Amino acid sequence: MTDLFSKFDPLIAERQALLDTGVRDPFAIVMDRVLSPTQAIIQGKETILLGTYNYMGMTFDPDVIEAGKKALDEFGSGTTGSRVLNGTYQGHKACEDALKEFYGTKHAMVFSTGYQANLGLMSTIAGKDDYIILDADSHASIYDGCALGNANIVRFRHNSVEDLDKRLGRLPAEGGRLVVLEGVYSMLGDIAPLKEMVAVAKKHGAMIAVDEAHGMGFFGANGRGVFEEAGVEADVDFVIGTFSKSVGTVGGFIVSNHPKFDVLRLVCRPYVFTASLPPSVVATAATSIRKLMHAENKRAHLWKNSKRLHQGLRDLGYNIATKEAESAIIAVLLPDQEKAVMTWQALLEQGVYVNMARPPATPAGMFLLRCSLCAEHTDEQVDLILERFANAGRIAGVIG
Amino acid sequence: MTDRDETFAKVGELIAPFNKKGVELSEATTFAGDLEWDSLTVMDFVAAIEDEFDILITMNMQAEIETVGQLVNAVEDLRNGGE
Ligand SMILES: Cc1ncc(COP(=O)(O)O)c(C=O)c1O
Repeated sequence: MTDLFSKFDPLIAERQALLDTGVRDPFAIVMDRVLSPTQAIIQGKETILLGTYNYMGMTFDPDVIEAGKKALDEFGSGTTGSRVLNGTYQGHKACEDALKEFYGTKHAMVFSTGYQANLGLMSTIAGKDDYIILDADSHASIYDGCALGNANIVRFRHNSVEDLDKRLGRLPAEGGRLVVLEGVYSMLGDIAPLKEMVAVAKKHGAMIAVDEAHGMGFFGANGRGVFEEAGVEADVDFVIGTFSKSVGTVGGFIVSNHPKFDVLRLVCRPYVFTASLPPSVVATAATSIRKLMHAENKRAHLWKNSKRLHQGLRDLGYNIATKEAESAIIAVLLPDQEKAVMTWQALLEQGVYVNMARPPATPAGMFLLRCSLCAEHTDEQVDLILERFANAGRIAGVIG
Repeated sequence: MTDRDETFAKVGELIAPFNKKGVELSEATTFAGDLEWDSLTVMDFVAAIEDEFDILITMNMQAEIETVGQLVNAVEDLRNGGE
């Protein structure tokens, strides 16, 4: 009989070959202690965290921590139930209220993760005679949501307004249409031309969903995301988001003004057939979201950090995925897996943690060191990061 | 040449720029196995086919198409407005 695991043999062999070269496993890092949003102890070494999604540094905010502790005391450690049965507490409602205020929408629905929010929306809103039109670089949760449902799926070239227009133009007249976009694409840190894309989608009568996982907190006057900054709020039907990045905890959501939106609570399987978030989590999320409304200073400092790192790395001779800093994600392009891992390890040994990304997560087979900044990184930390990138790049032989 | 022969010839022309190893094409040539295309190549190629014939090949259909012959059949069907 075949061993069901034998299909993974090539992957196992590839990983072993990499580890045999003596490098540390980039996918097996353990943070022994976490000192702040920007610092942790990894294998006894104090390390600057440059590979988290803690963009706004809310994880150690005293008000956030306090709210979590209070909810833990008053409501216990978990709900042990689905949102539609025994798993909706006052805290889940308060969290949805905070989202409605943050986004200025009529409806908000909190899921247990952002992954599940995308699974839920994609798999239920479009049926077998409908079409979902998505960017080729869409997040795995969007693709997986499409795979879970029965809609017809059409891809367009990443960020190509023309390609989107062409494909929408070829759709049959019957059937509903949902165009799925992201504000910030997380692998390369580039942003979508939402103004143009939303206009094209509207022209063809499609509904529009924008995933603002990496845009929330940072873009737009109210921190709503790239779609706010692009001025297309009135034309976007659904915004999907997560608490696992700027909000600083875990959870996912969809907000909308559609009058029938709440029916999704009954039909989204990833909402119904899983336990709701613990009371402490929704309490920390609600507190954090309310604080993010007024985080102009943090937004400004995060931009400053992102631009400085981008410029500094370019000056050192690194190749960056975007010409300028477009978001808080700065993706350094490296020629192959070996160089990427060598640079990654040299950085870690000097006390800087970044994310390594490789195919299939990356577009076009790229090997990336993905840096993501935090509003709490100090100017001195950014100086140190650049100094360490200079050393690491020379050790690995990727810069002159 | 029949319409189908013409479609086959045209598909062959569109495969050529992506046929790095110069694999000889037949009805049974597979995209993943024989041509060794990755998902990115598939996307570029599908876009080229869609533009040439002014059709839309959904990801659902793509999942069913493994050989050049199957693709030619699908293109013929779509051009005739069928399923
Ligand atoms: C674009 C995008 N959407 C959705 C998610 C899923 O978020 P979560 O971590 O809440 O499952 C992520 C994060 O991985 C993401 O990057």
